[in-house]
Amino acid sequence: MSAEKSLDRRDAVLRLLADRGETVVVTGLGSPTYDVAAAGDHDRNFYLWGAMGGAAMTGLGIALAQPDVPVLVVTGDGEMLMGMGSFAAIAKQAPANLTVVVIDNELYGETGAQETHTASGADLAAIAKACGVKNTCTITDMERVDALAQDVHKVGAGPRIAVLKVARTSTKKTLAIREGAYIKARLRMALGLSVD
Amino acid sequence: MNHAHPKPPEASAGLPQWPDRIFDVLTASRIKQVAYVPDGGHARLIESCRQAPAMRTIGLTTEEEGIALCAGAWLGGDRSVLLMQSSGVGNCINMLSLIQVCKFPLLTLVTMRGEWGEFNPWQIPMGSTTETALNTAGIGTVRADAPDAVEDVVHHAASMAFDGGAAVAVLLSQKLIGAKVFVPGGTAI
Repeated sequence: MSAEKSLDRRDAVLRLLADRGETVVVTGLGSPTYDVAAAGDHDRNFYLWGAMGGAAMTGLGIALAQPDVPVLVVTGDGEMLMGMGSFAAIAKQAPANLTVVVIDNELYGETGAQETHTASGADLAAIAKACGVKNTCTITDMERVDALAQDVHKVGAGPRIAVLKVARTSTKKTLAIREGAYIKARLRMALGLSVD
Repeated sequence: MNHAHPKPPEASAGLPQWPDRIFDVLTASRIKQVAYVPDGGHARLIESCRQAPAMRTIGLTTEEEGIALCAGAWLGGDRSVLLMQSSGVGNCINMLSLIQVCKFPLLTLVTMRGEWGEFNPWQIPMGSTTETALNTAGIGTVRADAPDAVEDVVHHAASMAFDGGAAVAVLLSQKLIGAKVFVPGGTAI
């Protein structure tokens, strides 16, 4: 599978977020949080630094509350493996404004680069499809990342799950804001809600 | 996970009314997202919420999904509630860091097992530590033991959550719900 893992994760995330408009972005802990922070802080970003396995469901909660706002979850393969049941919950709710992008390097990057189960064949896009999500894909080239970037910032026909196979290269840890209460309040205000 | 509680009442006549009082409180509290793991003690309430046009029920595969969902709901401007059984509280512990770090309001209604007349020894370890586990994870607890107390307890818990910004679990005791009766040789669905 090594030939498929060619995407540069920073470049891919940068392209996904280049024309983000009103999109709310939730990040899974570890490298996806750094990737999104590296693309530039934004008042519609909600960074997770923990709560492993919770990124997709946090995105679902926002998507159901704000059906007209595109919601993009950017998470990793290890984080998504821990919350695979979320695919079934998302499929059942079928929010048209939710996309989950899994940045899959087949590694636990935070803990010493141990292989995740995607390295030995666990296929997160296929799992999502088997859970009932109709729009799933695995992407290995930048042209399709650019095509995905056109879709994720629009309300579509249903939830999308996209797995991006990325290279195992290490990246700089870009510090995202860790003050959770602040980014919570900041996002609510950006959505025109009261702080509390 | 064993989420078997007594079967939900088919009709209200002569049956406990406290689930309907909880539904009234959730309606008055403008709850929009109702996350749940199926549970017999909550079955009547889940069905009421499912039929309520102003509410959306979100079935979970495991309870910690509901903690993250409730956080997301608040970020998006919806009030939510998480319905689960005491056995599921243990599944939530690390995810509750999301609530604590970000100071999210949280309202969860927990039906208790493993206490009053429990017949299943596998329910007792989690049931007997549910309150301690929640408190240790930064979640306040209030308990309802009697049918007449339920509405008031849930109302004040909802106020603490959505006005006071607190994370609160209402423990609906097994004494209130009724101990599950296991009939050897009985029919399982």
